[in-house]
Amino acid sequence: MEVARVENVTRSFKLGDVETHALRGVSLAIQDGEFTALVGPSGSGKTTLLQIIGCLDQPTSGRVYVGGSEVTRLGRDQRADLRRDKIGYVFQFFALIPTLTAYENIEMPLLLNNTPAGPRAARVKELLDTVGLASRGGHRPDQLSGGEQQRVAIARALAKRPAFILADEPTANLDTTNGQQVMDLMTRLNREGGVTFIFATHDPRVIGYARRVVTLRDGALVSDAAAGG
Amino acid sequence: MLQIIKMAWRDLGRNRRRSFFSALALGLGVSLLLLMAAVVEDEIRTGMATSIRLQSGHLQVRASSYDEDKASLAWSDLLEDPGGIAARLAALPQVSAASPRLYASGILALGDSSISVRVMGVDPAAATSAPFRESVVSGAMVGPEDREGVVIGQGLATRYSLATGDRLTVMVNTSNGDVDQQAFIVRGIYSTKTPAFDDVTVLMPLAKAQAITGAGNRASLVLIMLKDRDQADAVAAAIQGSGIRTHTWQSLNRLLTDTESLAQGFMIFLYLIILGITATVVVNTLVMAVFERTREIGILSALGMRRRQVMALFFAESALLALGGIAIGVVLGVLFVALFSAVGVPVRPGLNGVLIGERLRATLTLRDTLTLSVLALIVTLISALYPARMAARMEPVEALRGGKQA
Ligand SMILES: Nc1ncnc2c1ncn2[C@@H]1O[C@H](COP(=O)(O)OP(=O)(O)OP(=O)(O)O)[C@@H](O)[C@H]1O
Ligand SMILES: [Mg+2]
Repeated sequence: MEVARVENVTRSFKLGDVETHALRGVSLAIQDGEFTALVGPSGSGKTTLLQIIGCLDQPTSGRVYVGGSEVTRLGRDQRADLRRDKIGYVFQFFALIPTLTAYENIEMPLLLNNTPAGPRAARVKELLDTVGLASRGGHRPDQLSGGEQQRVAIARALAKRPAFILADEPTANLDTTNGQQVMDLMTRLNREGGVTFIFATHDPRVIGYARRVVTLRDGALVSDAAAGG
Repeated sequence: MLQIIKMAWRDLGRNRRRSFFSALALGLGVSLLLLMAAVVEDEIRTGMATSIRLQSGHLQVRASSYDEDKASLAWSDLLEDPGGIAARLAALPQVSAASPRLYASGILALGDSSISVRVMGVDPAAATSAPFRESVVSGAMVGPEDREGVVIGQGLATRYSLATGDRLTVMVNTSNGDVDQQAFIVRGIYSTKTPAFDDVTVLMPLAKAQAITGAGNRASLVLIMLKDRDQADAVAAAIQGSGIRTHTWQSLNRLLTDTESLAQGFMIFLYLIILGITATVVVNTLVMAVFERTREIGILSALGMRRRQVMALFFAESALLALGGIAIGVVLGVLFVALFSAVGVPVRPGLNGVLIGERLRATLTLRDTLTLSVLALIVTLISALYPARMAARMEPVEALRGGKQA
């Protein structure tokens, strides 16, 4: 089943009289259960593409479909609802809310989608277990290591059982061991839980985890191949 | 919702000093406004109470044609059989006391100086004269049958170095338009601590005042004290008679009630100005917070927070700041008012005809406190609209990029 699709998407930025074409007509479909790496040199448009698939940004032209609805025709609040219900994010910087504990950060998407208190608490506990942080629920982000923060971010992205999770260079700010831990976790979630991941990366070791590798260059898709994983 | 308040609270806790000073700014504004409101309130209250006690009473029955400003003494302007009217009124269940008074304008002749005064003939023994009897500070009140005694106010006594036992000459207008004069002895000096009254009022027994002015047994008015002043209108309606008119304490103190509503309107205006200024401090704090937390706003909207919810977060912050500020303001305000009342600030009367005390004091009412608190909250929330909209308008991508850290 298809969870997201972009058709002929372009995105250009105008800065003064200089126009940058970040994406020049990209088409891509993401199937349920895939584990896809988005690779390419710096500036090739990986982040831009993820933001467009993730309904955080709008393409200059082309169409975007998420879970059957055409995103390009939705209003701001409807796109917010789509992000709330269908899409999980993991960012390169460990994008946790600093005033909230690990537990509360993971709980946030469940509060936004009005999950009742009982199931909500159960889900957060289960997720803390899944990412191996059962004893750290009460810690604030600044009391956690980078790797732990990224695992909390993954738990938060998982909380609402999204259709897919977008991860933009999730290991770029981590050392090798922590990076490996995060990739192992994502792989396990994909293999055992069927969670769909699309992650951008430069790192050959991280690319090695992928089952499908999509390569961008200068805003265009240059190859799309199955990989060993 | 609860989560939003929790987040707002913790966000304020991130920069405690800044949050505290913003709340304090609002608190100082609120407390000073409370003090001002309390002073105005106290002035008007004590002004009204003093006027009722010394001058207007709760109700007055007068001849229809009586002109208070001229202190008219023509028989047609005076009340016939005031003693009988007073006795009948005193029998009413709502009435606690009633007795006649006669006013005449006069002049004190003291050596070379002549001083305009108001001669007030009262029944020295009546309950309505209790405020005068109780405020005698030297000598004694005149007796009802005294034919050559007067009691003068402290202000007059001090200014012209008069003491109990001194002699003075009083000239008064009479009913037939002449002027009569007679020598009197100062039997006593009273002090109601109300300069505007004490400086000009000479008290003498009603019978003597009637005799010297040629008013016969007539009086300017019958002054009535009620058990409950809210019944003034009801009692006034019950008093009917040809050629007489009843006046309530509200209409008799029109100047004070007008001043009160004027003061209230002015205070609201002042509230808005001061609160507007303190609100800019809160707005400034929130604008800084929006800039500092751009990336977090991006994260929250990536998680699917709608614009309204982002706005609600900043509204919650400003509401918490406002509530903190109001709490500080009320506590400080109560302290200021208590201090101000304990010390009191001496004043001289400025407003003619309004009886204010020698010292300004302050009375904090629940109504003023609530009005001001609610207004402070509303003004702060309205001003928070700007930073809240600023936060909600950010595009998620822009916001996420805004704080991208290395
Ligand atoms: N908001 C923006 N304004 C102007 N140009 C932008 C903006 N966002 C991205 N770009 C440009 O678009 C191109 C693609 O950027 P993008 O961030 O998608 O690349 P990337 O593949 O993620 O690179 P990296 O590997 O360095 O993260 C770049 O040339 C970049 O400078
Ligand atoms: Mg990138």
